[in-house]
Amino acid sequence: MSFPWAKHYKPTHPLMVYLDEKLPLPRFVYNAVGGGFPVPRNLNYAWNFGVLAGFCLVLQIVTGVILAMHYAANQLVAFDSVEHIMRDVNWGWMLRYAHANGASAFFVVVYIHIFRGFFYASYKPPREMIWLLGVVIFLLMMATAFMGYVLPWGQMSFWGAKVITGLFSAIPLVGEPLQQWLLGGFAPDNAALNRFFSLHFLLPFVIAAVIILHIWALHIPGSSNPTGVEVKSESDTVPFHPYYTAKDGFGLGVFLVLYCTFLFFFPNALGHPDNYIAANPMSTPAHIVPEWYFWPFYAILRAFTADFLFFPAKLMGVLAMFSAILVWFFLPWLDTSPVRSGHYRPLFRKFYWLLVIDVLVLGYCGGSPAETKYVLISQIAATYYFLHFLVILPIVSSIEKPEPLPFSITQAVLGTDEAVAA
Amino acid sequence: MVRIFGPLVGLFFAAALLWSFGVGVVQQIREPDPSTAAKDFHLDPKEDVKFTFDGPFGTFNNRQLQRGFQVYKEVCNNCHSLKQIAFRNLADLGYTPAEVKAIAKDWATKAKTFDVKTGDAGERPNIPSDHIPPVYYAGTGNPPDLSLITKARHGGANYVYSLLTGYTDQPAALLKKYPDSKTPDGLYYNPYFANLNIAMPPPLTTDGQVTYSDGTKATVGQMAKDVAAFLTWTAEPKMEKRKQTGWAVVLFLIAATSLAYLAKRNIWADVH
Repeated sequence: MSFPWAKHYKPTHPLMVYLDEKLPLPRFVYNAVGGGFPVPRNLNYAWNFGVLAGFCLVLQIVTGVILAMHYAANQLVAFDSVEHIMRDVNWGWMLRYAHANGASAFFVVVYIHIFRGFFYASYKPPREMIWLLGVVIFLLMMATAFMGYVLPWGQMSFWGAKVITGLFSAIPLVGEPLQQWLLGGFAPDNAALNRFFSLHFLLPFVIAAVIILHIWALHIPGSSNPTGVEVKSESDTVPFHPYYTAKDGFGLGVFLVLYCTFLFFFPNALGHPDNYIAANPMSTPAHIVPEWYFWPFYAILRAFTADFLFFPAKLMGVLAMFSAILVWFFLPWLDTSPVRSGHYRPLFRKFYWLLVIDVLVLGYCGGSPAETKYVLISQIAATYYFLHFLVILPIVSSIEKPEPLPFSITQAVLGTDEAVAA
Repeated sequence: MVRIFGPLVGLFFAAALLWSFGVGVVQQIREPDPSTAAKDFHLDPKEDVKFTFDGPFGTFNNRQLQRGFQVYKEVCNNCHSLKQIAFRNLADLGYTPAEVKAIAKDWATKAKTFDVKTGDAGERPNIPSDHIPPVYYAGTGNPPDLSLITKARHGGANYVYSLLTGYTDQPAALLKKYPDSKTPDGLYYNPYFANLNIAMPPPLTTDGQVTYSDGTKATVGQMAKDVAAFLTWTAEPKMEKRKQTGWAVVLFLIAATSLAYLAKRNIWADVH
């Protein structure tokens, strides 16, 4: 589906005419990301991050497939095989740093993409299916990243795997057998490492498949935009190509400059030194912390320190950690405001920025040692996190008086719209 | 449904969290977390020592790496292995192929062999493609492999330098505050070590402990600095190539991005 004024693909070269009859792939591309896809003219740079996330996935798959040619998933040699890549494989150091920092870049980009969705309420109908698929992608990303971090079989790999798979043991009755079944043993060892490698190779392709659905669903209503006002006429849109290919091209350049700065000058800044120590089941690190992109959720997990009613603290922590993401699935129905964009929602906007700060605080606490002061702070921050989505958002959206919306996107950009007069 | 159950779930999690918070606060008031000697007296690595490889333009100094290798060979190698490094890698430090061959051949620990025909275990001299042989150590503690040590500790080379030069007597203030925290026999007090008490005896004790062939005076500080530099090389032999490549890549990207910006502005000129 597209807008009635969308341009139609007209092949002129005989070869393209022939191809269009037999396999209309160029037509598909033209309608998906070419001149045949009208997009709101007022998208700001926050809308670059979907394309950047797609780029990151491709980057991770390309570097990952090559790394897999040199890596050995066996607990006796995994750590050394990573060092073999760093030392003896041609440009292996660059591939590995690109892949490790690529994971961080992917999460930076996706977090901005998600928080853009929060601010502009991109999850609201008619785009709720896009949002739901997006949350699925994020969950798959987390699983993939976690399993990938285990593969170098360093100290943090091993102990991280032990802590995270240990979460399953919190499930009543079936917990421990389930944990042993998932790991293939009583603790992470060769069986776990092998299945993590297999799944780490598989899941990115599952992510790619869900991204196709995500983009397909996006092409039904078309992109949202900073005003949150739906497209009304042709003057509200520009063709994706050349306008947004050019804008995304520039955005990609800025992203690559920052990413390559990390890759080449601070390649280990986002990692933990302990992962350069080979896994040792007999020696527990002083502080077990996951990678930075899991810190907010790790803080929520650790925030539950006392049994509540008849719920053990550990079970509550696990439930809350998963709920912290699952709650996003319900956003389209929790936020009932008729207005989408945070620009026109004064009260919502305040709570939005409070949430941003809250998640940063959670992240800081999640990356800190499990000392009482950090646990206390994360308990308050986690309380706000759940109240924000499940209590404050429904209340705000019903009591708030939104500011007046522009008549159309064109009016918002140019100050006038000929369609208003008509 | 969502608007009924959502807030209930939210309030449930909030109540559980505030309960945990309350219990935690009461516990802190009744019985605050005890402070420990390690918390109070641990020191971060010294920042004032500078290395040639610091910063985005930093490079290794081969003469310093060769001196550091000599310190490793004559001192550290008594207890610590360096298994990621092969003799052939030493060519990076500026040794000629003949010198590399000689270093391998003269290495005290020989390569182990096993004859499958006779079942005899034996030895042969190392060759350049061999990795530096493992070190067998029967004393107290577990000397870690040093190949990646500067990457595996916060502070990297500064940590190694600080640890090697940081041995001192246990401060009186520590013993006064924590009488039970006296360094146990057989361990040594070192404020740069995570738990303050390290099993490694001070390895660099006297000036001139090794004799540098390039005439550099082998003070304890100099030896510590040289071996810290050497261990930075062993942790990442490709560091120089990484930084050089980085400059080419980032400068190219800045140029390309500038062009992409001009293209974007040109294309959008008629829309804004």
